[in-house]
Amino acid sequence: MQTSVTNQRSPAPGRAAATRMKQRRGRLAMLGERAIEALIHLCGYSAIIFVFGIFFFVFREGAPFLAKLKPGEFLFSIDWFPTSQTNAKYGVGALIVGTLSVTGLAMVIAVPFGLGAAVFVSEFCTGKTKETLKVVIELLAAIPSVVWGFIGLTVMAPIIIKTFHVPIGVNMFNGALLLALMSVPIMVSIGEDALKAVPDSFREAGIAMGATRWQLIWRVLLPAAKNGLLAAALLGVARAIGETMAVLMATGHSVRIPHSIFDPVRTLTATIAAELGETSKGSDHYQVLFLIGILLFSITFVVNLTADLIVKGIKQK
Amino acid sequence: MSSQPKIEIQDLRLSYGVREVIHGISFAIREHEIFGIIGPAQSGKTSLLRCINRTIEFNPAATVSGTVEVDGENVQKVKNVYELRRKIGMVAPLPVGLPLSIYDNVAFAPRCAGMKSRSDLDGLVEKCLRQAALWDEVKDRLDSLGTKLSGGQQQRLTIARALSHQPEILCLDEFSIAIDPVTTMRIEDVLKELRKEMTIILVTNLTQQARRLADRTMFLWNGDIIELDTNDVIFGEHPKDQRTADYVLGIFG
Repeated sequence: MQTSVTNQRSPAPGRAAATRMKQRRGRLAMLGERAIEALIHLCGYSAIIFVFGIFFFVFREGAPFLAKLKPGEFLFSIDWFPTSQTNAKYGVGALIVGTLSVTGLAMVIAVPFGLGAAVFVSEFCTGKTKETLKVVIELLAAIPSVVWGFIGLTVMAPIIIKTFHVPIGVNMFNGALLLALMSVPIMVSIGEDALKAVPDSFREAGIAMGATRWQLIWRVLLPAAKNGLLAAALLGVARAIGETMAVLMATGHSVRIPHSIFDPVRTLTATIAAELGETSKGSDHYQVLFLIGILLFSITFVVNLTADLIVKGIKQK
Repeated sequence: MSSQPKIEIQDLRLSYGVREVIHGISFAIREHEIFGIIGPAQSGKTSLLRCINRTIEFNPAATVSGTVEVDGENVQKVKNVYELRRKIGMVAPLPVGLPLSIYDNVAFAPRCAGMKSRSDLDGLVEKCLRQAALWDEVKDRLDSLGTKLSGGQQQRLTIARALSHQPEILCLDEFSIAIDPVTTMRIEDVLKELRKEMTIILVTNLTQQARRLADRTMFLWNGDIIELDTNDVIFGEHPKDQRTADYVLGIFG
C-alpha cells in the first residue's frame, strides 16, 4: 500500500503519461457510465410520467362535468341519452354491465382455452409441432382488431343466428368469442413461459414418484407456475377490457342490461369510440365521454392492483 | 437372502444419439443389500438409475437395449409403469422440494396412487418423515412450504418423499453432495435402518461413503464395469483391477 502511494506521487516520465491517460479514460468512462445510468433512470421514470400525464389530460377534459354530476346516477342509472335536446341523461350503468359481462364471458371461454393451450404447447409438444404451434398462435395476436370485428359481423353473426336460433347475431356472445380469441395468444405465450420456467427436476421428481402426466401437470406444474399463469390470465383480462373496435362491431352496440348471453350490449370503450367524433369539444357529452375514460382507467387499475395483491399473497404463503 | 436377485441387468446398452454411454453391462443386485456404485462423473451412473425406473424414456435422444429385470419382470414390458416407478424410490443429487407444503410433498405419491383417507395419509406422512429423521424438526409446521426448508432438511424431505410410496428399492443418486457432513451421517444411519426393509442402490462420488455403507460396490467407469465385488475386496488390499485400487486410493479420477 505504502509503495503504491509513493509511485503515484512521483512517477517516472513515461509512466506519468500512461497514468494520466488511464485517469482520463477513467473519467470519460465514468461520465459515460453516469450518462447511461441517467438514461436508464429516465426510461424507468418515463412510464410513470406517461401514466400520470395521460391520467391528467383525460381528467382535465372530463373534470368540469364532475361538478354537475350526481355520482350515483352516473354509475348506476341505465339511461344513456346523451344527444337528447331537452332531457340529456348520462347514466353509464348499462355500459359498465356491458363491459363487465362481455369481458367476463370472454374470460370464461379464454382462460381454460389459453391455459390449456399453454400446457399443451409446453408439456406435450416437441420439436417442429411446438415451433409451428407457437408461430401460428402468435400470428393470431397479429390480426388487427378491426379485422376481428369484421369476422364477427360477417362470419360469426350468421352462424350464431343459425346455431342458436336467436334473432340477432351481433350480441354479447359474439363479442365475447372475439375477445376470447384475441386474448388467447397472449395467455398462451406468457403461460408457456411460466411453465418453461418450472425446473425440469420437478418433472423428474414427480415422474419418478409414479405420477401420470395428468397428475404431474395438475399437482406439480400448475402449483409451481401459478404466479405466471395468473399473470397470463390477467393480461388477457386487461386486453379484453380495453378492446374497442371488435366489440363495437360485434356486440350490437345497444344500451341495455343483457338478460341472456345472446342479447346485444354496449361497452364503455365502444361508446367512447363511436360518440367522441360527434360531440363538440367542451360540451357535456364530450366531458362525460372523458369521465368514462377515467372510469375505464380505474377498472384496469383495480384489476392490476388485485393481480398484484393476489400474487403477493401467494408468495407470502 | 432369496435366490432370485432383486434387479438383474443383462447386456444393457444406452446411447444418447450416436454417443454410447453405457456399453453393455450385466450385473445383479440382491434383495436387502446396499449396493454401492462408484465412479467418476460421466460414467453413466445416473443414466443407469434412469434405465431402472424407465424415466430415461423422457429423453427423446436415448435408445436402450438389453434387459432390466425387477423381481424377474422385464421393466420394458411392465404394463403399469407408474406402479413400477412407485416400487422404486429415487433421490436426486440436489434436493428437489416441490413447491407444495411439507405435508403435500410427502403425500404426493400416495395421492397419485389413489390414497385419499386423511388419517391414512397422516399416518404415512408421519412415518416417512420419522424414517427420514426430519419429523421432529417439521412436525409443527407441516403446512409451510417445503421449499423454505434448509438444503439438508429438503434433502431429507426428498428421502421421506421417496419412502412415501413404500418402495422396495431405494435409489440414492449422490444424495450427500448438497448437505453437510453431520446431516449426511444422520441420513447414513437412516439408511442402515432402512436396509432391513428394502434394497438400496447408493450412487456416490464419495468412495468412503460406499465403503461405510455398502455390502458390495461396483466401480463404473466410462460406461463399463471395471470391478464389482464385496466391499472387503474393493476396498481391501488387493482389488482385482489396478484401476479400482487407484480410484479408491484417490490416485486417479
